[in-house]
Amino acid sequence: MFYREAGVFKTTYSDDMALLPIPLDKFFVLSVIAFMVLVVPFIASEYWLESILIPVLILSLAAIGLNILTGYAGQLSLGTGAFMAAGAYLGYKFVTAFPDINIVVGVLVGGLASAMIGAVFGAPSLRIKGFYLAVTTLAAQFFLIWLFTKQPWFVNYSISGVPTAPPREIFGFLVTGAESNETARYLFVLSFVIVFALIARNLTRGRIGRSWMAIRDMDIAAELIGIKPLQTKLSAFAISSFYCGMAGALWAFCYINIVEPSAFDINRSFQILFMIIIGGLGSILGSFLGAAFIFTLPIFLNNAATGLGLEVSTALIRHVEFMIFGAMIIFFLIVEPHGLARMWSIAKEKLRMWPFPY
Amino acid sequence: MSGVAPVSGQAERIGGELLRVDNVSLSFGGVKALSEISFDIKKGEIRSIIGPNGAGKSSMLNVVNGFYQAQEGSIHYKGVTYAPMRPYIAASNGIARTFQNIALFRGMSTLDNIMTGRVLKMKASLLEQALYMFRGKSEELEHREHVEKVIDFLEIQAIRRTPVGRLPYGLQKRVELGRALAAEPDLLLLDEPMAGMNVEEKEDMSRFIIDVNEQFGTTIALIEHDMSVVMDLSDRVVVLDYGKKLADGTPDEVRGNQDVIDAYLGVTHD
Repeated sequence: MFYREAGVFKTTYSDDMALLPIPLDKFFVLSVIAFMVLVVPFIASEYWLESILIPVLILSLAAIGLNILTGYAGQLSLGTGAFMAAGAYLGYKFVTAFPDINIVVGVLVGGLASAMIGAVFGAPSLRIKGFYLAVTTLAAQFFLIWLFTKQPWFVNYSISGVPTAPPREIFGFLVTGAESNETARYLFVLSFVIVFALIARNLTRGRIGRSWMAIRDMDIAAELIGIKPLQTKLSAFAISSFYCGMAGALWAFCYINIVEPSAFDINRSFQILFMIIIGGLGSILGSFLGAAFIFTLPIFLNNAATGLGLEVSTALIRHVEFMIFGAMIIFFLIVEPHGLARMWSIAKEKLRMWPFPY
Repeated sequence: MSGVAPVSGQAERIGGELLRVDNVSLSFGGVKALSEISFDIKKGEIRSIIGPNGAGKSSMLNVVNGFYQAQEGSIHYKGVTYAPMRPYIAASNGIARTFQNIALFRGMSTLDNIMTGRVLKMKASLLEQALYMFRGKSEELEHREHVEKVIDFLEIQAIRRTPVGRLPYGLQKRVELGRALAAEPDLLLLDEPMAGMNVEEKEDMSRFIIDVNEQFGTTIALIEHDMSVVMDLSDRVVVLDYGKKLADGTPDEVRGNQDVIDAYLGVTHD
């Protein structure tokens, strides 16, 4: 970023507390959003939209959800996949039960259903902390996936057990299901992500966000200040699950186009946990960076081998990919344990002083 | 000095009873941390609790703000009897405190730490906060203004945006005082606010404690090991040893008490 904070003075608290207090920052973020909305649909190929941008955006949403819970409120969870599944299955139930209601409502209902389930499975957090809590959230992961797989009611008694996503329209454009146009789908997902990233940002800098961080950093002091641990932890679980639920619904409706349990297994939970660890705990920007990094790195490595003209078997590529991927994660965690978002802010801090750091 | 009549300002400053601890006993398993402690704190005074290590001073403060629940006895605060006190009730009725081992939210900035002190005064709904509109916005601004006053008062403007984990010890203590002050408490419990400080930092902290007391009329309960600080600041002192109350009175009375001298200097029991 080639700009300085110097010379930006605020005369009111309102200006000082704006979302992006530095004018150039504001300009930059708005132009990124404008680029994503106005330019990308025209220049990106079908492959890019379908196989990279849509899943990265959806996973970013899930990562924001987990970051609220783990990064901000400090409650470790391995149930992300299950909360996504809850959003997908219950969103699917709602959308098929009320076919006339707008799909946006369907996704939100999936999120809300997931929020309620999340609050229930978050209850042990009042007594259990850290790794032990993570193990109790595994109960959610296995129980919910089992429930959705074994109970045919959730898939409307579909014979295959994996029903296809129902096609739904917004403003006359098909946005879900296999027949829909990828650009329409992309814009649909993007608008969800923009709105809810903004909401997450507002929540995390306001009273509730400070309460979450207070519980994370020093729960005893927080309680003595008057922050209620029960309310705060459960609200973190509910809001986190709400985000994961929406992401799950979007994943099923707009990306894989079917509602299937294997998309939300324990590997998904770990994948999203890695995203926030690599991206940066307690950072909304980090959720995006982590999602993009974890999702695209294997694709990049895969293409790199072909690009270099190496004649290797696909099995070997797959294994080497895993090894490089693992090594890079270890490297990143050693170099910057606070993730990509911290690297970004350090770079900005350095540039602010550049070229005269003293 | 004990014979001299108090200065007229002093007499006005101190009002009626704000808090009374009645026969409080607290034990952890077989260990009696406090046994049958009674004392009162008057409105507007600086009341010190002193005693050797392990005397039960911190436990006493923990009972007062409900972090420990005493097995026996009761707390009378603002005319209401609590047996026992609960943390949330204490916080919402204007009892704030600092901790012996700093209990700041290390990942948050100074500003955010002090803002959490005002959490009980914020009423915006989830939706208003999510949209940063209506009360979600107006409350943030209103409380920011108050927090800035606290920051000015404590002279920590320069570290407003610094994560507190990066601050030196003395400043962290000051930020913690700020967080307690942001709640506009009626009763401020300070648990060794000057532990580990050098003389200059102690002088600064003493100045802040006196200013808080005089400018805002806040009642202060103070635990401190530095006797010169205690004797200079306090209106009355309560002395604990092994969970029992040894003495209670003005600094001069306490200084002359034989039991207190024995407890501090040691005495051969025969």
